Amino acid sequence: MYNWDFLPVLSESGLLLAGFRNTLILTATALTGGLAVGLLLALARLSHRRLLSLPAGIVIEVFRTTPPLVQLFWFYFGLPIILSVEMTPFLAAALTFTIQSGAFFAEIFRAGIVSIEKGQWEAARVIGMTHSQLMRRIILPQAVKRMFPSMMERSIELMKTTTLVATVSYADLLYEANELAQKTFRPLEVYTVVALIYFISITFISFLAARLEGRFARSGEMTR
Amino acid sequence: MSSPILQLNGLAKSFGGIEVFRNIDLEVNAGDRIAILGASGSGKSTLLRCVNVLETPNSGEIAVDGKTVGSKQRSGALKYTERELCTLRQKVGMVFQQFNLFPHMTVANNVAEGLKVVKGIASDKARGRAVSELQRVGLAEKADEFPSRLSGGQKQRVAIARALAMDPEILLFDEPTSALDPALVGEVLSVIEQLANEGRTMLLVTHEIGFAYHMATRIVFLAEGGIYETGTPDDVLKNPKRPLTQQFLADHQRFHF
Ligand SMILES: Nc1ncnc2c1ncn2[C@@H]1O[C@H](COP(=O)(O)OP(=O)(O)OP(=O)(O)O)[C@@H](O)[C@H]1O
Ligand SMILES: [Mg+2]
Repeated sequence: MYNWDFLPVLSESGLLLAGFRNTLILTATALTGGLAVGLLLALARLSHRRLLSLPAGIVIEVFRTTPPLVQLFWFYFGLPIILSVEMTPFLAAALTFTIQSGAFFAEIFRAGIVSIEKGQWEAARVIGMTHSQLMRRIILPQAVKRMFPSMMERSIELMKTTTLVATVSYADLLYEANELAQKTFRPLEVYTVVALIYFISITFISFLAARLEGRFARSGEMTR
Repeated sequence: MSSPILQLNGLAKSFGGIEVFRNIDLEVNAGDRIAILGASGSGKSTLLRCVNVLETPNSGEIAVDGKTVGSKQRSGALKYTERELCTLRQKVGMVFQQFNLFPHMTVANNVAEGLKVVKGIASDKARGRAVSELQRVGLAEKADEFPSRLSGGQKQRVAIARALAMDPEILLFDEPTSALDPALVGEVLSVIEQLANEGRTMLLVTHEIGFAYHMATRIVFLAEGGIYETGTPDDVLKNPKRPLTQQFLADHQRFHF
């Protein structure tokens, strides 16, 4: 019978909290960047100009079809070879996950945008809106409401995928947990606590998201 | 007499090699109310949609206030910049069969949207204007509802208010009552009639032949890829000269009583 003892873990909980903080910082950075990159990629991909749509399509496909760990190693170990830049673990991780989640967000944006009925586009055009006005005022606000559940899902996926950064020594939650597990010889307790932290925070985020979705449904409507 | 508000010269449109119409010439002067009739598929909607370039004509010219819109390409077809289209569409309002209200905005915001975003009018002023347009269509008390709470007839009246708010020189109506319950047709036709009485210029595609007879100053009957017969309502609807017009009217009056 294994003798559970959380005390060594709890007495070093500052380490885990610092790691969790870094996880949140990286997730928030990649999420913000990813949404912006995703929107730009989606708009480029939907453009009638092949000079825009083709490169956007390639970026999206490359980042959707390669393992995130390979992307991370490429940015961390590879990129400094061709660009003489100093690559920090955080920079490599932020770049990787911004573009990677951007590629996935782009597909969600695109699906949301094309799901808006033709009549909405035409109604905006006939009052004299430019393409960017109609996107900003008519199409995106409706599309975002429809996309919200898939966006949430993808964001949670992103938060979990960021655990990969421990491999390039970014001091995220998992990295600190590894350190702590070696220090305390209590891997079972350490990883149980880490799993709990993810479980609680993601459940909490999902709960907030569901509330927000309910609000959307009441203001106007989700669909027609 | 000043130049016509709208002129179509030799307008032609085909979809993937299948011709809808060719060589349409039409002159619309201030105060004209032109009803466009024709069998299903005769190109009524396409013609209307070419006027504000929701569909790009394959050839021919559109002139508004005597100025041709677009610039000639080498192929002979016209090319339209976004700027030209936005200006054109502010002068030519359109009301759709399916209303197409913006579901994420209140009724007042639906009407004010173009004023704010396209014309750059301040929010409070735009709202005032929106409410007065809603008053005109009898819906001021619905200003803060969302469109989903309205009946079809009310939605269409909001759509008309939205078009009017932009101060268009011409209004295009594409079967504005075809998606409505019969009981709701009357309220929309009354609003259009009121606009007619104010002397508004309009092009109206409709299957309500009786309404076309009473409100139109001219009838355009489309068939065989062009304007098949045109004239006053009395000419075209009471004494049609050509066989397809006669056939169309006979079909429409089969169950007349
Ligand atoms: N976007 C499109 N792509 C291909 N064909 C089209 C398109 N729009 C219209 N057509 C075709 O053009 C022809 C004219 O269509 P249009 O909708 O203008 O007719 P209509 O007179 O308005 O008919 P209805 O009374 O049924 O509304 C039809 O044969 C139609 O199938
Ligand atoms: Mg039609």
